[in-house]
Amino acid sequence: MLSMRGIHKSFDGTQALRGVDFSAERGEVHAIVGENGAGKSTLMKILSGAIARNAGEILLDGVAADVSTPLTAHRLGIRAVYQEFSLVPHLTVAENILLGQMPSARVPGCVDWTKAYRRAEEILRSIGFVGIDVRRAVRHLSVSHQQMVEIAKAVAVRPRILILDEPSAVLSQEELNRLFALVRQLRQERTLILYISHRLDEVFEIADRITVLKDGQLVGTVQPQIADQNQLIRMMVGRSLGEIFPSRQPPLDDVALEVTALGRAGSFSDISFSLRRGEVLGMSGLVGSGRTQVARCIFGAEPFDSGELFVNGKPIHPRSPREAVKEGIALLTEDRKRDGLVLICTIRDNASMASFERLSRWGVINRRAQETEVQQKVKELDIRPPLLDRLARQLSGGNQQKLVLAKWLMTQARVLILDEPTRGVDVATKVEIYQLISDLAADGIGILLISSELPEILGLSDRALVMREGRVVGEYARAEASEEKLLAAAAGVRQ
Amino acid sequence: MTSGSAPTPSTPVKARGGLHALLLGKAGARLRRRWVDYAFIVAFVLLLVITATVSDVFFTQRNLSNLGRQAVTNGVLSLGMLVVILTGGIDLSVGSVVALAAIMVSGMSKGGMPLVLAILICLVVGVAAGAVNGFFIARFKLQPFIVTLATMGAIRGLVFVYSDIPITPTDPAFRAVLGAGFIGPFPVSALIMLACYPIVWFFLNRAKSGRAIVAIGGNEEAVRLAGISITGHILLAYMISGLFSALAGVMLASRLGIAQPSVGSGFELDAIAACVIGGAVLGGGGGSVFGTLAGVVALGMIDNLLNLFNVQSYYQQIFKGVIILVAVLWRRKQ
Repeated sequence: MLSMRGIHKSFDGTQALRGVDFSAERGEVHAIVGENGAGKSTLMKILSGAIARNAGEILLDGVAADVSTPLTAHRLGIRAVYQEFSLVPHLTVAENILLGQMPSARVPGCVDWTKAYRRAEEILRSIGFVGIDVRRAVRHLSVSHQQMVEIAKAVAVRPRILILDEPSAVLSQEELNRLFALVRQLRQERTLILYISHRLDEVFEIADRITVLKDGQLVGTVQPQIADQNQLIRMMVGRSLGEIFPSRQPPLDDVALEVTALGRAGSFSDISFSLRRGEVLGMSGLVGSGRTQVARCIFGAEPFDSGELFVNGKPIHPRSPREAVKEGIALLTEDRKRDGLVLICTIRDNASMASFERLSRWGVINRRAQETEVQQKVKELDIRPPLLDRLARQLSGGNQQKLVLAKWLMTQARVLILDEPTRGVDVATKVEIYQLISDLAADGIGILLISSELPEILGLSDRALVMREGRVVGEYARAEASEEKLLAAAAGVRQ
Repeated sequence: MTSGSAPTPSTPVKARGGLHALLLGKAGARLRRRWVDYAFIVAFVLLLVITATVSDVFFTQRNLSNLGRQAVTNGVLSLGMLVVILTGGIDLSVGSVVALAAIMVSGMSKGGMPLVLAILICLVVGVAAGAVNGFFIARFKLQPFIVTLATMGAIRGLVFVYSDIPITPTDPAFRAVLGAGFIGPFPVSALIMLACYPIVWFFLNRAKSGRAIVAIGGNEEAVRLAGISITGHILLAYMISGLFSALAGVMLASRLGIAQPSVGSGFELDAIAACVIGGAVLGGGGGSVFGTLAGVVALGMIDNLLNLFNVQSYYQQIFKGVIILVAVLWRRKQ
C-alpha cells in the first residue's frame, strides 16, 4: 500500500537518509527502530509532510502521493504524533482534539460548546482513553495525558496511515496498555500504523514487522516471531552488545541521604528511605505516582510540608535548588529539553552552569579551570562532537543527555538523583549511561534512580522501591526483585 | 525545538582545498554562521558609507563628532536594554529614567551641589528605578512589558513633579567636559559610551552573573534547577538597565545644556531597535554586544544622513521602521 523509494534527505551537508526503500501494508503495525540519528523520525516527517525530501518517490496504492505539506498529507489520510507536541496549551482538550472542525451553533460564527464537548468525549471513549476532562485546558494536564490527547487528535479523523513517534516515552504501563489496545483496534480497521520506539520489548509486543534503520539506510525488515532482541540490537548498532548491565559492587555502610516521613499535601506522604554511599536505589512506579515530586522536594525545587532530610547525617531543609546543590545534591530531570539544558547555550556553559560558583573568583569565571574541567567531562562521557562551543541544541538526544550528566558530575555531588536518565536515548548511549551509573556508585556516590523501565531498575539497583499514589508501597532487595513483583506493587495488585 | 532540526552536522565534505574547503569545512560552518550574523549589518553600514560619500559634509570631522555625540544616548541605553532582552524581558521605562536623570542632574547642579555628587546620585536613582522594575518582575513573576509600561508612566510623572519646566544646569564644566569636551579628535561622551561596550561584553561573557543572565533567557527553569538564583539575576539585569538609562540621561543633559521634563520619550524604541538589528532575540535566546553597537551606529547614521539631506523627521521615522522590519525579516530567513 505504502511504498517509499530511494528517499534521500540531507541537512546542512549531513546525509540523514541515503536512498531508503521502505514499504508497508494496510492493516499492519510496522515498527521502525534504530539508534538516535538513524533517520527514523526524518523518514516519518517526510511521509507526513513536515519536511521535504531531496530525492525519491512516495506511492500510495501505486499512485504518486503529494506529501509536500502537512495539509496535503492530511488529505491523503496520513496523521502523525511526534515526540514534540503540537497541542495548543491554553485551549481545552476538546478544542485541541477538534481543532479546525469545531461544531457550529445556530448563531453563525459561534461554537456549539455542548456538542463540541460531547463529541470530544465520544472520540476519547471510542479509543479507550477515559478519565480525561475535555473541558480542561491542555496545559493543566500531565505529560502523559497530553500525549494521549495528541494521539486522540490524530485518531479522531480515522487516518489511513498513523505515525506514532515514541508514543510510549511519557506513558505509564497502564496507559501504554490502553494505547496498545487502540493500536490493535486500528489494525482491525485496516489502518497502517508506523510505530517508532526505542523500547524493544514494546516493539516485540505490538509489531507485525520491524524495520531497522542505521545511519540513514535501511538495514532490513524482520518479523518478531523469527527474530530476537539481540539480533535486532546487532542490526541497529552493527555489533553485539553482550551484557547490557554492568556488574555492580556492594555499597558502603555510611548513609548518604536519609529521608524520614517526607510529605507534601496533594502529592505524596510519609516517604521514608535511606540511601547509602555507593548504592543505587531504584524507584519505580507508574507515571503520576509521585516519584518525580519526591525527587523535586529533596532537591528544593518544590517545598515539602512535613518530614526531615539528612545528608551525610546532617539535617538539611533546602528551600531552593541552590541550597540543595550546596549540600551536594544533584537532580537530573526527566525532560532535558524542558528543564535540563539551555539549548541556545554552548556545551561549555551548560556543563559548567551548576558549578559557576566554584569556578568563579570575584564574580569572574576562571576560563582556564572551566575549560579544563569541561573538556575532561566531555572526554570522560564521550560527548560528540567534543567541541566546547557547540550549542546544546545541535547535539543528538544521547549527547544532550550526557551533557546534562556532565553538568551534575562537575558539581561533585555526593547524592545524585536521576529521573529517567535514559529516556529518549539510543541503545548504545543507554549502555554507556548504565556503565557510568555503576562507575559513579563505585566512587561512593549515592544514586537514586527513578525509572519507568523495569529492566533498568532491576539491572542496576541494589534495592528497589515502588511508589503508588504518593506512597512507598514496596521495597525489594536486588535478589528478590522481579518485574512481576514491581509491576504488581505499582498497580496495587495483591500477591 | 519546534523545527525539524538536523542531527549534529558532522559536515562530510570532499577536500577541494582553498576557499571552498574553508567555507564548506567544519570551521567554515562556524564562519558561515558568523558571516550570516553580521552580513546584514556589514552590508548596511557599507550602503550607508556609500550614501555618505554622496554628501560632501558627511566625512567632515565636525559632522562625524556630531554623529558620535548624538549616538551616545542610544548607545548607552541599548546596552542596558540588551542585558534585559537577554533575560527574556524588555524595559520600556528607559526613556522616563533618562528624563529623570537629566532633570535631576540639572536641578541639583543648579542648586549648587557638586557635579560629581549630583551625577552619582542620579546613577543611584537610575539603579533604584531598575530595582523597582526588577523586583516586581522577578519576585511576583509579572510580565516585564506590563511592569515597565507602568513604571514608564509613573517615572515620567515623577519627572514632572520634580520640575514641569526645563532646567538649565549652571555648572559650566558639566557642558564643557561631558557634553562638548574632546580628547584629541574624539568627543568625551562618545569615548565613555564606547568604553561601556567592552565592559558589558566582559560581564556577559566572562562573569558568573553575566553567563547566568544569558542562560536565563534561554531556559529559566533549567538555570533555576542548576542552583542559580533567578530572582537575583533578573533584578540585576533591570538594575543594569536603570544604571545605563541614568547615565544616558546625564550625558544627554550635558550635551543639550538643558533638561526638558518631556525628554526621552520614545527612546526605548530606538534602543530595542538597535538590539534587534544587532541580532538580539526578543523573549530571550541570544544577542550580541558588538552587534548592538553596530545597530546603534546604523541607526545613528540613518538619522545623521537624513538630516544632512534635509529629510523631514517624519520620513526619518518611516525609514527607520522599514529598516527594522527588513533587519528582522533578514534574520528570519535563516
